[in-house]
Amino acid sequence: MEHITFLVAVVIITALAFDFTNGFHDTANAMATSIATGALKPKVAVTIAAVLNFAGAFLSVKVATTISGGIVNEKAGLQPSIIFAALVGAILWNLLTWLKGLPSSSSHALYGGLIGATVVGVGLNGVNFDVVVTKILIPAVASPLVAGLAAWGATRLAYLITRGGREETTEKGFRRGQMFTSSLISLAHGTNDAQKTMGIITLTLVSVGALKPGALPPTWVIVSAGAAIALGTYMGGWRIIRSMGNGLTEIRPRQGLATETAAATVILTSTHMGYGLSTTQVCSGGIMGAGLGGPKRELRWSLVRRMVYTWGLTLPAAAAVAGLAAFVADQGAWGVALVGATLVAGSGAMWIASRRQPVHAGNVNDVQEVEVPVQTAAPTPATTTVAA
Amino acid sequence: MHIKWDALAQTAGLSFAITVAVVAAFALGILALSRREAAQEAVRSGIPGAGSGNLALAGAALCFSVCASVVFYGITLIAGR
Repeated sequence: MEHITFLVAVVIITALAFDFTNGFHDTANAMATSIATGALKPKVAVTIAAVLNFAGAFLSVKVATTISGGIVNEKAGLQPSIIFAALVGAILWNLLTWLKGLPSSSSHALYGGLIGATVVGVGLNGVNFDVVVTKILIPAVASPLVAGLAAWGATRLAYLITRGGREETTEKGFRRGQMFTSSLISLAHGTNDAQKTMGIITLTLVSVGALKPGALPPTWVIVSAGAAIALGTYMGGWRIIRSMGNGLTEIRPRQGLATETAAATVILTSTHMGYGLSTTQVCSGGIMGAGLGGPKRELRWSLVRRMVYTWGLTLPAAAAVAGLAAFVADQGAWGVALVGATLVAGSGAMWIASRRQPVHAGNVNDVQEVEVPVQTAAPTPATTTVAA
Repeated sequence: MHIKWDALAQTAGLSFAITVAVVAAFALGILALSRREAAQEAVRSGIPGAGSGNLALAGAALCFSVCASVVFYGITLIAGR
């Protein structure tokens, strides 16, 4: 184990920290709609999600031996310092969007971080930009649309079919069904996202010669990655859960089941076809479709707009932060220490900022939006114009 | 750069079809359950000619088993990768 240098230890810890943020950022994907409809109590929901994320980490037999799925050229010299910088960019973006209560893609944050750090550390030739387009950008645009359309159709049909039944029995039944669909999403999430962290740690160990190339992750890597994502999931990103469950639209059980079924289906079919897509975007798209397909046909477009802007920003923003971090970390041990200190300080500052308006299991279903944008100034000029 | 539009369209179409089919099956199952409840109440309150609702229960069981098998297939997809 003499291969494990200071930098490698730092990378492993940071990878687990990213896994943790990934977990609590994405709890909302599987559970927001179940919590909003009352299918699962908030604490129960995050517990189930945590257990299934942990289980999901062990489920897959074909373990990811690649971090990026060909987005960056891993043989071109993916040094631990570059991986470290990528993780820093991804973590900071995840925390910032969590603070704002915006569901953004943890995978895109990681990919963006890898791209930014690789461009700075290796050069433009280290990034396979055609893979970025075909494997990330096109699915990123298509998958929320498909999930939204499917959830819309399923919601309409569900209301149509059950319109003659008893409302009470129907709502109870759909709530029951939601337990299964949201569990399926959690399981798929654990398998996908915990493996990314395992891949990062494994490749870091390979890059310093502690493991043979092509080696499977050691058990401690699998267990710690699964535990980190499960712990993060259990902490529950309540701010994001509130935005997704109550911010976009009012979700009733029929819409909840339609959303979750659409999300689970899109995730499974596209993963099967080899598209790496964002669970977050698929689930948000599904909720939007279900909102429009529901009896009220309502959707809070202001929040939709903010979410879509955030999705567009995720990749470049994480890339920019990671690029800067790669530049600093490349200067030597003090650079790595500086980046690490910045990461800790930035994370701490965002956590403190979140305390000002805490969202937790007890108030997650309140309709008040997280971080309500200041709009008091906007109407004033309008009225004065009219008055003048 | 080669973009496989047909594979993309296939994935999208398949996702849409499966989602709508599963939710429809589930909704039919719920409707059947609700019919059975109504039938049983009719029997209890002694309305003549009320069926027991067993057929509705069988229909519900069929619908839910369809959903369950799709979910099971989904789990094998997750595990088999």
